[in-house]
Amino acid sequence: MPIAAETNEKFAAYAHPDRLVSTQWLADALEAGAERDGSLVLVESDEDVLLYETGHIPGAVKIDWHTDLNDEVTRDYVDAATFARLAGSKGISRDSTVVIYGDKSNWWAAYALWVFTLFGHEDVRLLDGGRDKWIAEGRELTTAAPTVNAASYPVVERSDTPIRAFKDDVLAHLGQPLIDVRSPEEYTGQRTHMPAYPQEGAMRGGHIPTAASIPWGRAAAADGTYRSREELENLYLGEAGLKPGDDVIAYCRIGERSSHTWFALKYLLGFDSVRNYDGSWTEWGNAVRVPIAKGPERGGLPTAG
Amino acid sequence: MTTTAALPPALAEIVDDFQALEEPDRLLLLLEFSRGLPALPERLSDHPELLEQVVECQTPLFLTVETEKGDDGDVIRLFFKAPQEAPTTRGFAGVLHEGLDGLPAATILAVPDDMPDLLGLTRAITPLRMRGMSAMLGRIKRKVAAAG
Repeated sequence: MPIAAETNEKFAAYAHPDRLVSTQWLADALEAGAERDGSLVLVESDEDVLLYETGHIPGAVKIDWHTDLNDEVTRDYVDAATFARLAGSKGISRDSTVVIYGDKSNWWAAYALWVFTLFGHEDVRLLDGGRDKWIAEGRELTTAAPTVNAASYPVVERSDTPIRAFKDDVLAHLGQPLIDVRSPEEYTGQRTHMPAYPQEGAMRGGHIPTAASIPWGRAAAADGTYRSREELENLYLGEAGLKPGDDVIAYCRIGERSSHTWFALKYLLGFDSVRNYDGSWTEWGNAVRVPIAKGPERGGLPTAG
Repeated sequence: MTTTAALPPALAEIVDDFQALEEPDRLLLLLEFSRGLPALPERLSDHPELLEQVVECQTPLFLTVETEKGDDGDVIRLFFKAPQEAPTTRGFAGVLHEGLDGLPAATILAVPDDMPDLLGLTRAITPLRMRGMSAMLGRIKRKVAAAG
């Protein structure tokens, strides 16, 4: 049975408050033993593949965005059978409430949540503020391996269409709203990778024409929690110019940072149609004959012919 | 493909230790190295401008090298700084510190560039993350060459 959603004033303002839990909610749920019967499964997902091993929230299992969720060969996410095996091995059933948290304002946790959503896992939530907030509040960490009771997870095919965009989808979408969540330097084309991050090989620097630049981190407060509904509206409805009901695509460099923005648009502001373009700049920046815009301006639509 | 025969003894031993383990235990050994990375001496920790950032690493990593008189001529000392929240990066730094610190410049410069591949971590931590380690070794060698 799903566990009752958290209710508090901040979350209540969001379109889907049941998608977030607070650190206090989680501490209470763990205290009450929600994990023991498998109704709640806590998952840590970090950028650093070893961070979990240095200490994690008691009972949390680890899912690595790269080694667990990506297929090595196809440049795609894992298939249904692999996901079912992975979930089952972590003690996740189809009706488990999965709470995901991680480092860097939940950037990778949001990415894992997005992949769970591709497989249609119904009840998957983010811990607002993630790993850093839990630690900042002096809450318990452990290096003890959790006791996992392997569960049986059904083989469910991914449903990519509603929340995932491919390059051709983006080409067909041009003229409708796009949000570029990369750093300003990546947006203008000054650089093709994140500041202080490895060069990941894009041939051209710039952005998809007409995309608004709202770096992902602006949706997060200093403590890593999501900003309030009002602040998010100022950002995406105000600054980016989205209108309620818009069909939106978000992208970054490989689709991880844009998962954080996808979550904010989809669940906190309630846009029904939001897709994450995971090919993002590493694909678009290298693709032959697709248009780009350089500089700080959004740029116009390419003319046909 | 490089073999451990081409490596200085301390580094060869570390590579052998990694290769003797199964994949999950290799990660735990890397974690051990992250814990073993020595802190910077005060004269450097008080002067971050003396360290150089390796921008190819996912997490901020700073390093510098110094030449020191040894019994049999000059040796190279290595210094690293990486945050606790970046255990993978710290682990790589720990491997290179234990394997190369205190060796003559020529020995360090002779370490093959593909040495990180020998640790057998590429699948467990992904090629993307391995790139940071290769970059770290490359940066050390460039700085050693410049110091000589």
